[in-house]
Amino acid sequence: MIKFFLMVNKQGQTRLSRYYEHVEIPKRTMLEAEVIKNCLSRSKEQCSFIEYKDFKLVYRQYAALFIVVGINETENEMAVYELIHNFVEVLDRYFSRVKCFIMFNLDRVHIILDEMVLNGCIVETNKNRILAPLLVLDKMAES
Amino acid sequence: MPAPIRLRELIRTIRTARTQAEEREMIQKECAAIRSSFREEDNTYRCRNVAKLLYMHMLGYPAHFGQLECLKLIASQKFTDKRIGYLGAMLLLDERQDVHLLMTNCIKNDLNHSTQYVQGLALCTLGCMGSSEMCRDLAGEVEKLLKTSNSYLRKKAALCAVHVIRKVPELMEMFLPATKTLLNEKNHGVLHTSVVLLTEMCERSPDMLAHFRKNEKLVPQLVRILKNLIMSGYSPEHDVSGISDPFLQVRILRLLRILGRNDDDSSEAMNDILAQVATNTETSKNVGNAILYETVLTIMDIRSESGLRVLAINILGRFLLNNDKNIRYVALTSLLKTVQTDHNAVQRHRSTIVDCLKDLDVSIKRRAMELSFALVNGNNIRGMMKELLYFLDSCEPEFKADCASGIFLAAEKYAPSKRWHIDTIMRVLTTAGSYVRDDAVPNLIQLITNSVEMHAYTVQRLYKAILGDYSQQPLVQVASWCMGEYGDLLISGQCEEEEPVQVTEEEVLDILESVLISNMSASVTRGYALTAIMKLSTRFTCTVNRIKKVVSIYGSSIDVELQQRAVEYNALFKKYDHMRSALLERMPVMEKVTNGPTEIVQTNGETEPAVLETKPPPSALQPASQANDLLDLLGGSDITPVIPAAPTSKPASAGGELLDLLGDLNLTGSPASVPTSQISQPAFLLDGLSSQPLFNDIAAGIPSITAYSKNGLKIEFTFERSNTNPSVTVITIQASNNTELDMTDFVFQAAVPKTFQLQLLSPSSSIIPAFNTGTITQVIKVLNPQKQQLRMRIKLTYNHKGSAMQDLAEVNNFPPQSWQ
Repeated sequence: MIKFFLMVNKQGQTRLSRYYEHVEIPKRTMLEAEVIKNCLSRSKEQCSFIEYKDFKLVYRQYAALFIVVGINETENEMAVYELIHNFVEVLDRYFSRVKCFIMFNLDRVHIILDEMVLNGCIVETNKNRILAPLLVLDKMAES
Repeated sequence: MPAPIRLRELIRTIRTARTQAEEREMIQKECAAIRSSFREEDNTYRCRNVAKLLYMHMLGYPAHFGQLECLKLIASQKFTDKRIGYLGAMLLLDERQDVHLLMTNCIKNDLNHSTQYVQGLALCTLGCMGSSEMCRDLAGEVEKLLKTSNSYLRKKAALCAVHVIRKVPELMEMFLPATKTLLNEKNHGVLHTSVVLLTEMCERSPDMLAHFRKNEKLVPQLVRILKNLIMSGYSPEHDVSGISDPFLQVRILRLLRILGRNDDDSSEAMNDILAQVATNTETSKNVGNAILYETVLTIMDIRSESGLRVLAINILGRFLLNNDKNIRYVALTSLLKTVQTDHNAVQRHRSTIVDCLKDLDVSIKRRAMELSFALVNGNNIRGMMKELLYFLDSCEPEFKADCASGIFLAAEKYAPSKRWHIDTIMRVLTTAGSYVRDDAVPNLIQLITNSVEMHAYTVQRLYKAILGDYSQQPLVQVASWCMGEYGDLLISGQCEEEEPVQVTEEEVLDILESVLISNMSASVTRGYALTAIMKLSTRFTCTVNRIKKVVSIYGSSIDVELQQRAVEYNALFKKYDHMRSALLERMPVMEKVTNGPTEIVQTNGETEPAVLETKPPPSALQPASQANDLLDLLGGSDITPVIPAAPTSKPASAGGELLDLLGDLNLTGSPASVPTSQISQPAFLLDGLSSQPLFNDIAAGIPSITAYSKNGLKIEFTFERSNTNPSVTVITIQASNNTELDMTDFVFQAAVPKTFQLQLLSPSSSIIPAFNTGTITQVIKVLNPQKQQLRMRIKLTYNHKGSAMQDLAEVNNFPPQSWQ
């Protein structure tokens, strides 16, 4: 089960956070800071899975942005690694130039994430089907 | 009131803040604006405000005042409002707030909405944060949606069902009929989530698992789907780097694992497809490897045939050689899981695993270390130990403690020779001395005493090791103990294994004194050093005065422990000089034991040899000089009285009588006078027999005997032997009365020869009813370590027909199986 999904930049600022298990707010900030510290201290030669407290972190770096997913032992780490890439591809398709606009359209990113992951489990991985409701929403907002 | 700013402007503004304080200020200003806007019940901009609130919540600021607004948004008719409302609900609300219950009605309406997207929103929210009450109310709706033909809704409904089952497990049955058709879908999203739902059901309830295995023919269905995925050509919809829907493949493989576990039929049905997946999947990309990883895990977990298992281990071996560190990590993790069951197959890859010890990545190193310890055996111990010692030198401090303990364990089990063992231990102590666990020191000392021929060599090496540096506490402790014990061997230069080193008595004392004085020594270490110096007073000849001086100095030390020792040792010099040489003699070889009490004796022996040895002599004097009734009655000084169990009150009173009989032999008082072994034994008897399942099959059985039968009172003994400890026999006595009047105040006492230990538990009552209508039961535990023939004298006291009766008897007819 996926415990949380984070997008954090190199300075430690959270760009997106989604928790699938209740965590208190002060604990969240602490968690995010520690997680990014762990990820930043890794070099290119080290593997993308870190053991942190009682779960595993799977992270991937895209330029200045780290996407970190916390999972427990039931998940296949490499499948989650692929999921992260899938997510980025979806964002890429939607936003065209991903880095600049994600942070201004946080609600849309949440919608996309909700279409992909529900309560810690993967729902949909097909890009077209994920983006369908969002495109409908956009059309409704324009009209 | 100007229109509230849009989310993106807020974000832009916040990004310009340069300090934390500035950011806080901006956020507070915006919060105030939002709050006043909420107060004004502004419908048009509520959506925008809540969106901003969610952003601020993500940054870590409190946003609870927005919860009710979310509810209002959910209730609105506009899709955009609903969207933000539900998102807000998922982020801000959870079960702990009572507010969330208000959502139930909204969600119910939305689950029946005409637009699928709204229904989807409701399902998503319910699936993420529905509480058990909400789930119970809305489970019916979810189940209905699970059966619709709309695939968009079906997949969400399936995951929502998973959440409902997690919250309210009793509702699992409700979703069962809907699952029958789930796997017939073509839509991969639905397939995926259905597999998740089935997995959850199978994991939660073994009945469901059995049901799915037999009735639903789930395994063939899954195999078919998997086959289609592999065999079908390129499908643009689900393709990820050339493989068709890897996520679904991984999920199906996991479900197959659960279905095949411990079930031969299902495992057989899957063998082919697993072999196919394992051989056909492309390994050049991460995706392929993810699938192979899952396949390997499945193969190892089900009852697969051996050829398949070998294939799986070979795949893992290939992973280990891969350049990608992720894959190596994953391979090591899986090998760790399988090493218990397929030990030989994993052994083949030993050299690669040992190479991984040198990897740069911390997680990989840890895994490699654990795996190496699991693979050590009698054949490869020398080679492996070299690698492991090298690893110990160079690894991070967080590993050193675990590595050191692992090395000790491995060395103990497989050491090819005593000298090698001692050398290895020395190496560990010198390289990672400060990380060694505390319990290693007594184990080491015990090991050293056991290897009698290596004493000279050991003490010499230890001396050389701490000559330069005495900061590593465990090393110094072991070294001081050895020097104290074998100092005479050291100075006489008797070592055959190595070049003997010339050491004088003064030098040895110099080292021990500097350990005592040094700031780096812990107080435990100082205790060791002081005791060692004391022991040398009998082994060294010229420096006794110096030793006396040192000991007397510490008589006024601030450390209470040290002071006590020094004072006692001083007393040894002054008043008990005649006993000194006997007390400070060489320690006997200690037996390696695993159960509690003798270990207590052992550690006492190491750290406080002088103290312990002073205790037995005085107590040995006392019993012999006591005249006591029971011993007289039982006619011999070779029989010791029983000590009933201390915690229960009834035997204490019986014991109390015995105590009176025995005069001032203080049995239940301080342990000082009583031979310490007796106090520890009852605890042992209690522990051994109360915590573990003991009793042999009665059918295997030992015949019971009638121990006493006179005047209408009959006592029968039934026997049981402990599985865990063959020296313990449990005797259950049953006392019955076939006269026409009850016997009251019945007390049973027993005594056994000195080589035995006895423990009486409390009796069931003290009244034996007449006419055999009832019995008194009492349990006796006998410890018979020397397996001698069991004999017992019993004393019975009771009131019958108005008069007090008392009788003594001897029981000699114990069956041989009860004590052999």
